[in-house]
Amino acid sequence: MAHVASRPLNRRAPRRLAAVLLAGLVSVLTLSIAAPAAANEVGLDEYDFKVSGLVELADEPLADVLLVIEGGGFRVEVESGQDGRWAVGVPEKGDFTVTLDENTLPAGIAVIDENLEQPNVRTITVGQSGSAVANFFIGQGERNTTSLFDQVIERLFNGLNFGLLLALAAIGLSLVFGTTGLSNFAHAELVTFGGLMALLFGTTLGMPIWLAIPIALILSAGLGYVNDSALWKPLRRRGVGLIPMMIVSIGLSLAVRYIFQLFVGGDTQQLPGATDTTLSIGVFGLSWIDVGSMVVSVIVLLCVAYFLLRTRIGKATRAVSDNPSLAAASGIDVDRVIRIVWVMAGGLAGLSGILWAYFRPGVSWDMGFQILLLTFAAVTLGGLGTAFGALVGALIVGLFVELSTLIIPSDMKYVGALVILILVLLVRPQGILGRKERIG
Amino acid sequence: MIDWIQIISNAAQEIISPTTAAYALAALGLAIHFGFTGLLNFGQAGFMALGAYGFAIATLTFEWPVWAAILFGVVGSIVFALILGIPTLRLRADYLAIVTIAAAEIVRLLFTTNTFVEVTGSANGLQGYKGGFAALNPLLLFTDNESVLWGFGPWVYNPYDWWVRIFGWGLVAIAAFITWRLFKSPWGRVIKGIREDEDAVRALGKNVYFYKMQSLVIGGVFGALAGVIFILPRAVVPSNYQTSLTFFIYAILLLGGAATVFGPIVGSVIFWVLLSFFSGFIARAVEVGWLPFLTNVQAGQLRFILVGVAIMLIVIYRPQGIFGNKKELAFVK
Repeated sequence: MAHVASRPLNRRAPRRLAAVLLAGLVSVLTLSIAAPAAANEVGLDEYDFKVSGLVELADEPLADVLLVIEGGGFRVEVESGQDGRWAVGVPEKGDFTVTLDENTLPAGIAVIDENLEQPNVRTITVGQSGSAVANFFIGQGERNTTSLFDQVIERLFNGLNFGLLLALAAIGLSLVFGTTGLSNFAHAELVTFGGLMALLFGTTLGMPIWLAIPIALILSAGLGYVNDSALWKPLRRRGVGLIPMMIVSIGLSLAVRYIFQLFVGGDTQQLPGATDTTLSIGVFGLSWIDVGSMVVSVIVLLCVAYFLLRTRIGKATRAVSDNPSLAAASGIDVDRVIRIVWVMAGGLAGLSGILWAYFRPGVSWDMGFQILLLTFAAVTLGGLGTAFGALVGALIVGLFVELSTLIIPSDMKYVGALVILILVLLVRPQGILGRKERIG
Repeated sequence: MIDWIQIISNAAQEIISPTTAAYALAALGLAIHFGFTGLLNFGQAGFMALGAYGFAIATLTFEWPVWAAILFGVVGSIVFALILGIPTLRLRADYLAIVTIAAAEIVRLLFTTNTFVEVTGSANGLQGYKGGFAALNPLLLFTDNESVLWGFGPWVYNPYDWWVRIFGWGLVAIAAFITWRLFKSPWGRVIKGIREDEDAVRALGKNVYFYKMQSLVIGGVFGALAGVIFILPRAVVPSNYQTSLTFFIYAILLLGGAATVFGPIVGSVIFWVLLSFFSGFIARAVEVGWLPFLTNVQAGQLRFILVGVAIMLIVIYRPQGIFGNKKELAFVK
């Protein structure tokens, strides 16, 4: 079991989550086999405040290292888990010292940091956020097991995968913007809803995943319909302006997001098979789920393209996007087109949410909000209101986010994409496929 | 039983709390952007973060005196406003919205990343920058005892806490006066003209782009100063500067009235008193078992749902806010 846990599985950026979950699974399994295993969480339920961290040796998690957390008369010991992580609950805010017991490190290894007198002791403060982090990276970055070429290919695939799932969300957002002029900040919650419904039917109710996903998609499309008929259509009837509508969508986004949290809590949960290492293909860090995700995205995007270019209602959609009054005058039922666009946007966003849940991996209450800005970046990059622009923009954003981690630290990868957004607006404000008259 | 006195006393404390002052000042900055000029700035959290971090970093890393540290944060916010304004102020309003929200997230991510941990303290943030500010406390002329308590009713604080409140609300008063004078001046009339009809103002020979930029800078400076007030009673933590901070400030602004000077200030007081009362009541009600289906953590999330619903209802049913004039409402077009 330990072998599985220490192997670098699933090398994309959010892999730590997978490692945490797998390690959790591993520790549960080892618990049942040989009782007292590494307890890497102490007193989290008991106390409101948290100190946590990670122990790594040359980028690999290091298990069974003893840490002592002291402060304000309180003392607790914890061992790092199979994933190198540990967390303890502490009773109050304030300063704590975290001491890594060097005797529990593997032989011949010590914590070295020339800037610190006592490198194995960290002083941290639990402040307003209610938690603090003390990480020990021992001999960090000395070993690099993957060649640069393999890394580039791996990131390329991940970026493509991410870009495609982003495109699913972005096209819906762009179509809604094109037909109604609404910049819908609550689109993120449609994405989250897809993931949550797949979780509800696939995990909580235990349905097979091939059944759970279609149900989640139908419900997502239904939510898109409800969005339009219960809120946006009445607002359009009232003649509410576009900017007030945008602010309404912000309020809706905030309310719905926390309603989700009310029901599912703040934890991340996994869809069936999301962290199953047996599905790994073994090349370029890909798994069958990644391949399936890309195939599904491409097929659905082709269907959307066919719908927009070849079907009557698709052409009507584009006509409404171009000029709603003219479209209405030429006999197109604008309300019906908008309704169909909302249903499509809901369904596509739901699918995007499910794929995003497999990509991250994990379902959480704010998963959609995490990619909302990237979705907006994709839509703006491609040109506001153009469906194919959104596709191009999403692919660029996805590839850029993943490839940029080769150069910049992965906790800054979203910064790069957002900077690109601002730079593109400087030189080509209408976006890549947008037309100039729309920007003024 | 529910301790009503405690709940009401906590809510009453919010009337003069420095947090209320900080939100009021940030909302006033946003009123200049959004209410008077019609700029959709969704990055006010970024301006606040720059003010807060500028102050803390200048104090801790450069060891500058208080006035220079505050100025550092202000200069940071001016630079930020220029960077935001140059690409977007020529474009349609929703571009500015997307770019400002993205830029505020960039700022927050840059302060969160481990790469600059030496300066920013990454996710843990910074503390220990209050010494210089506390030393300036004029109230210590009256007493040598720093923990003496002054005040009456629910408002009993030590000299430092009073100093933070006096400083915060003093800044709010100055900013409100400046805003009031600005929008009585010819400059303010041009700004309001831009909100009503950009092309008409341009036809009069005014450089609309330049005026918008000035508005963005002034509102941004107010945001940065709000960031300084915001961190005086607490630590600087990057997770405080998420987009929901901007949304809270929008809720305050819309509640009070977007195109008014006193709307944002009164809006902030009402917002925090109601929020404190509501949170306190729900938390106590959960404790005594009136709401058996909720845990305490869930009760804490109800406030966000309430704010979200409040934003929607205000915009739909009373877009001018409590004090606003419906005629003076840029965004109902």
